[in-house]
Amino acid sequence: MQAFEYSNPASLKEATALLAASWGEADVLAGGTDLISLMKDSLHTPKRVVNIKSIHELGGIVRTAAGLRIGATVTMDELARNAEVRAGYPALADAAAGIPSPQIRHMGTVGGDLCQRPRCWYYRQGFGLLAMKEGKSLVTGGENQYHAIFGGGPAYFVSASSLGPALIALEAKVRLLSAKGARVIPAIEFFVTPQDESTREIALRPDEILTEILVLAAATHSATYEVRQKEALDWPLAAASVAIKMKGPVVGSARIVLGHVAPTPWEATAAGEWLAGKNITVETAEAAGKAAVEGAQPLSHNTYKVTLAKTAVKRALLAAAKVRA
Amino acid sequence: MRSKKDPDRSRQAKGNFSRRGFIRGVGIGGGALGTGLLENAAEAAPATAASAGPGPVPITLNINGKPVNLTVEPRVTLLDALRNRLDLTGAKRVCDRGTCGACTVLMNGKSVYSCSVLAIDAQGKAIETIEGIAEPGKLHPVSAAFWNHDAQQCGYCTPGFVMAAKGFLAEHPNPNLEDVEHGLGGNLCRCGTYMGVRQAVLEAARTLKTQGGKNG
Ligand code: FES
Ligand code: FES
Repeated sequence: MQAFEYSNPASLKEATALLAASWGEADVLAGGTDLISLMKDSLHTPKRVVNIKSIHELGGIVRTAAGLRIGATVTMDELARNAEVRAGYPALADAAAGIPSPQIRHMGTVGGDLCQRPRCWYYRQGFGLLAMKEGKSLVTGGENQYHAIFGGGPAYFVSASSLGPALIALEAKVRLLSAKGARVIPAIEFFVTPQDESTREIALRPDEILTEILVLAAATHSATYEVRQKEALDWPLAAASVAIKMKGPVVGSARIVLGHVAPTPWEATAAGEWLAGKNITVETAEAAGKAAVEGAQPLSHNTYKVTLAKTAVKRALLAAAKVRA
Repeated sequence: MRSKKDPDRSRQAKGNFSRRGFIRGVGIGGGALGTGLLENAAEAAPATAASAGPGPVPITLNINGKPVNLTVEPRVTLLDALRNRLDLTGAKRVCDRGTCGACTVLMNGKSVYSCSVLAIDAQGKAIETIEGIAEPGKLHPVSAAFWNHDAQQCGYCTPGFVMAAKGFLAEHPNPNLEDVEHGLGGNLCRCGTYMGVRQAVLEAARTLKTQGGKNG
């Protein structure tokens, strides 16, 4: 790991002043569950690391008139256990609780979950986000069993965020702060598919800190369902988060967002629209799952992910509507 | 799965640097502050936030109930500080990437991967390692239960499992088998001792209860 200067600011003003205008100068440290590994692998070589855990206002889950404000340094453990989150936003609580390692839940933070870098092994071995060598993708002709089935390239890594799909389904917003001021953007705009190596997979700028997540007042039934190869220390193979607003006995509107299938959380807009006006039953949930994976473009070794994503949608819908399969 | 597939090992050497050059370049003298943090030690930071490094800085860790002073660069992990500087080699360095659990210690009672925590960042926290959980020559009820259930083969994962189990039982004093499976989802054992480990944790829960819940 390259040596760095460690800063421990007590306020956001100090913290944002320590960040730089370009990547590579400074990195924000929260739980460290990803950043420290990235630095060990020389994928991040910041000259300065800015610890934000001493900044009081970045913690805590607070109910506001508009909904819920979740601070960036709230741990996944706190999020999974929070009574308000569990009652009103099960998709979020499920996603946080789904991280199988207690050690990661104890340290990993909400902000870190959104800002973590992809797990793609080509990226982690230093081949970049697009993993191109001599003008050709190493992914399409290589070991792509855990890669994207949506998006169609040139990036084929999958977003590793556990909370991203749930936040998009719940129409949450994220607040980003720099020394120049704050901006609030919809969660869906936070995730970006890079077209070249100079773009990141998130909208955060190098001089910004993700300070909080704003979730609207709960008016929805929601759930997250993840499919994993094993129940320990692993990322899901596919996941789905759903949020349903009821209109009397039928679905008024539904949002279905797939996780771990594309470089960003992947919203299945048509499948969500198709559910409007219907009851959630085993049959409609299954049909919505089928619609959600329409247009999938699996690579040479990951066709199985299409089936998993379809099943994840079905099970998330049934869980949200509390229908027994 | 998620194994570290290595399509081209030659790429790993990338990003090497001269450690000595860094230390020389910053020139931190012996005048470190008692807080363990140096005020704007490197090139003047544009804010007043306490900054330290990149050279060695004095820090104080609270380990097994005792304050310990040491001098480390900010990049040193808690695991490396424990093992290489303080001779506490119970926590093991296996993956060094937060993906195996062998380095598990408790920080303020919660299990964490010490390979993924900076030592400088662990200041002010109560750190508990396998060396501190019982009197010398005695076994903590969790360790004793591991012994009784043959819950180790090579033993490399064991200290991490014991600490993870201890942290888990503090929060879940009455677990069933499924709770134990989930509760230890952050630790791997290459020898496959999971069955013994789970039984050991269930037994430890019973012992701790008859001892009045003392898991200290
Ligand atoms: S050595 Fe820390 S988790 Fe493997
Ligand atoms: S006993 Fe050998 S790794 Fe667990």
